Amino acid sequence: MKRLLDVLREDLRLTGTKEGCGEGECGACSVIIDGEVVNSCLVPVCQADQSTILTVEGLAENDRLSWLQQCFLECGGAQCGICTPGMLIAAKTILDSDACGSRSAIREGIAGNLCRCTGYTKIIDAIERAVIQNR
Amino acid sequence: MISDIKVHTATHLDDAYSWLAEYGDKGKVLAGGTDLMVYLNAKSFIAPAYLDIWRLNELRFVREDGDFIVLGAMSTYTDIIESPVIRQYAPILVDAAKTVGAAQIQNRGTIGGNIVNASPAGDTLPVFAVFDAELEIGSSRGTRTVPFNEFYTGYRKTVLKPDELLLSVRLNKKNFLNHQSFRKVGTRRAQAISKVVIAINSTTQSGKIDSIKIGIGSVAPTVIRASKTESFLLDQTINQASLSEASKLLKDDISPIDDIRSTARYRTTVASNILRRILMNLAEESR
Repeated sequence: MKRLLDVLREDLRLTGTKEGCGEGECGACSVIIDGEVVNSCLVPVCQADQSTILTVEGLAENDRLSWLQQCFLECGGAQCGICTPGMLIAAKTILDSDACGSRSAIREGIAGNLCRCTGYTKIIDAIERAVIQNR
Repeated sequence: MISDIKVHTATHLDDAYSWLAEYGDKGKVLAGGTDLMVYLNAKSFIAPAYLDIWRLNELRFVREDGDFIVLGAMSTYTDIIESPVIRQYAPILVDAAKTVGAAQIQNRGTIGGNIVNASPAGDTLPVFAVFDAELEIGSSRGTRTVPFNEFYTGYRKTVLKPDELLLSVRLNKKNFLNHQSFRKVGTRRAQAISKVVIAINSTTQSGKIDSIKIGIGSVAPTVIRASKTESFLLDQTINQASLSEASKLLKDDISPIDDIRSTARYRTTVASNILRRILMNLAEESR
């Protein structure tokens, strides 16, 4: 058995996905499997067989940041950076859903992601901007 | 090491049954992984063999079946939250599912896992207790049905035999009463394990309690029904006197402990406060 997280980081060298707690509390290892956000530290790789997996590396297109990443950059939505890949991935599912994009819906959407700098306000600003101006 | 662990991925139910018949006594079943993988990562629990049932789609469904709502054991919390049938009949099951972890856990964790993991803090368990759920259990020997309220025999112990698998949860529609309440108290709204978790399923008639079922988690070795409190409350009018007596009896029904998440005293006080609040709402609504 291998964790999806280790296969991504060690075998595929996709080190954008971070390991925080290793027990599903912090969301730093969030990736999207077939459209659903999950903690890759809790997914044995055998359960991801035949699936489409999106990691933070997959957000930018060629050398251009995605709109969501651009918003994080402009709003100061990243401080130390350890939670940022997971935050972006959780935010991506908010952006892709038909959620209204209210601040409370955004907070709920990133409730599984901890920012150790406690920089939530600017992270929420960034996601709010991405959602609103996406429309 | 986690990399030394061998996993068998079940392709269909009979495949799972034959694995369980051979390895069930020393092996472990892996569903959504949200509990088991935590133990594996911490190297605190390593069984010699694992059966992965994530792909058993025949156990992933929510459907109406005559007088019953049937949930496959592999239904995730997200499946429950998004199910119109569950929202209509059993809104407190949706409430409970929404309090589990956050999106990442809800997309992966299963109700079968929540039940078989047998934690006294399992968030959906008080809800199944007050709906008098029935559990359908299968093995190569056949299937049997066990009342949810007889499933747990002690702390993290169940009646499940080594070769058996939980297949589905059956909820009889007649057990969905008019007033359903759910309340979980944890450190924060998301990502918290409960300090106290309560579900109440009740009806009133002419200002009196006609039927009441109270399920509580995190206050005893298993999820429990507060049976002394329930029998007292039957036919009672909700007033200061009956509320006081109910709170007193609730203390007899529960046996909380001090642990890493909370203290026995806090749990007792909070359980009693929640009971009072829900009963007062009930009195308000049935006026």
